[in-house]
Parts: sequence; C-alpha cells; structure tokens
Amino acid sequence: MLSRLILRAAPAALRSLPPPVTVGVLHATRPLHTTQRCLGPLPPLPEKGGEVRYGLIPEEFFQFLYPKTGVTGPYMLGTGLLLYFLSKEIYVINHETVAAVCILSVIIYGVKKYGSNVAAFADKLNEEKVAKALAVKNEAIKDLETAIEQEKKEQWRAEGCSFLFDAKRNNVAMLLESSYRERLLMVYNEVKKRLDYQVALQNLKRQKEQDHMIQWVEKNVVQSITPQQQKESIAKCILDLKALSKSAQAAV
Amino acid sequence: GPLSERRLMDVRLGELPAWLATCNFSPQGLLGGVRKAWSSYYDKYINVKRGGPAGISMLLAGYCLLSYGWNYQHIKCHRWRKYH
Repeated sequence: MLSRLILRAAPAALRSLPPPVTVGVLHATRPLHTTQRCLGPLPPLPEKGGEVRYGLIPEEFFQFLYPKTGVTGPYMLGTGLLLYFLSKEIYVINHETVAAVCILSVIIYGVKKYGSNVAAFADKLNEEKVAKALAVKNEAIKDLETAIEQEKKEQWRAEGCSFLFDAKRNNVAMLLESSYRERLLMVYNEVKKRLDYQVALQNLKRQKEQDHMIQWVEKNVVQSITPQQQKESIAKCILDLKALSKSAQAAV
Repeated sequence: GPLSERRLMDVRLGELPAWLATCNFSPQGLLGGVRKAWSSYYDKYINVKRGGPAGISMLLAGYCLLSYGWNYQHIKCHRWRKYH
C-alpha cells in the first residue's frame, strides 16, 4: 500500500505528458527492452507482489525450511536467534529499543487502520488513468472503423459508375439513332418532292396539249360548217322532231 | 544451465566457490550486479498493481539492521552485564 504511494510520485512529475505516454513511462522502468527489440505491447504488471509474512520475511524462507523442519521450524529459529541475541547482548536494550517499540506500534496501528482506504484511493487513481488511456484507444479505433466504412461506401459508389456509363452510352446511341432516322426522313421527303414535281409537270403538259387539241378541233369543225350545211341540218332536225312528236302522240 | 548464468539462489552450496570465480568483480561488473539485484527486488515487491507494506518495510528493516551493525562498537558500551 505504501508502495503505491511511492509509485504516485513518478507519474505526478510527468502529468504534463498525455496519458498514454505516462502509462508507457510507468512500464518503462522495468528493464524489459534491454535484450532485443520488443515490437508488441508489454506484458501487464503482476497483480500482487511476492508473498511476505509479517511484512518482513519473504514466504520463500518458510518454504525453504518446510521440508526439513515443518511449519514451526522458522518460528523456532526466530525465537532461538532472538533469545541468543538478547542473552549474549549482541542486541543491547537501551533507549533506542523503547523508541523503536513506540514507533513500530504507531506505524502498525496506522497501517492496519487506514491501509485499505489508502489502497482503495490509489487503486481509483490508477483506474482513472487506465480508463483514460482505454478511452483514447477506443476513440481511435472507432474513428478508424468509421473511416473504413466510409471507404467501403466510396468503393461501392465507384462500382456503380459502370451503370452510369451504360446509361450514358444508351443515351448516346439513342441520339445517334434518332438523328439518323431524322435525316433519312428528310432525304425521303426531298426526293419525293422532286419526283412529284416531275409528275405534275408531265400532267400539266399533257393537259395543255389536250386542251389545245380540243380547241383547235372545235375551231376547225365550226369553221367547216358552211351556211348551206347549216340550213340542211336545221330542216332535217325539224323533220325529225315532227316524226318524234307523231310517234309520241301515237304512243299516248 | 551453465554455472555462470545461474542466479545466486539457484547455486548449490558445493558450487559456490566455482560460481564466485565466474563472477565479474570489476566496478562495472559490481555495478551491474547491484543493478540486477535491485531491479529483481523492485519488480517482485514494488512494481506491482496491488502492492502492500512489504515492499518498503523490508528495505527499512534492512536499513535498520545495517545501521545497527555500523554503530555496534558504540552500542557495545551500553551493555547491561559485563560477562555473558
């Protein structure tokens, strides 16, 4: 728990840097990059430190003595050593002993009472730091994902260009076709007009000739009728009329 | 593994002189040894996510013992008995 407070000092000095760098510096104090280039992320810190009994003696000592002396071996060793030091006065009891006892009791009382609170506070600070870094990472991932989606959409749009070009090609073909047909019609009309003109011309010529011929024939016939012939024809007509009227009277 | 690369805790008692012979006792070697020892202690007890009082309490206890040892000649004068 106190170690966590010591760890606070390192990042506090580096608070000016953005969060990922401070987290990286916190990890960089371990000499893991000295051997070879490490391209991946560092392994996470271990959860708990090595086991220590009574805050002073590592657990490995007890395990080391367990096969030969069992569970009480280290305690017997400790008691024996303590009594030996006291009896031979290798450890001398003086005013410093009293001071040490008082200080130790105060420290132990403080640790036992407020240890968990301080630990929770330090854990919360750590948690916030990690959450901030994680938020940055998630933000970056989300941005990249939206960028990927937009890119895919652009690719899909580019695929659709082929349809666009097909439609345009169809339009152009239709325009060409329609203009071709228009010109064909124009040609047909012009040719027909010319041919009609020729036909009308010929008809007119024939009619004129006919009229002229009829007039000429009439003129000649009228001229050829002499007054003698005129009298004879009138007398004949009167005779015919009389004969007809007689036959008509007879019929009635 | 080979003798020179093993840590002190893994060396058996009979091999201790041989292991000491392979040690590098130049200043750089000693400094390297000190640095390795400190870093192994630091990584095991202090640089963890949920440490406890054990990390520095052991350092303080070691400091207390060392200073007692350095001042032993002066403390010997304050003994209670003359003969042990």
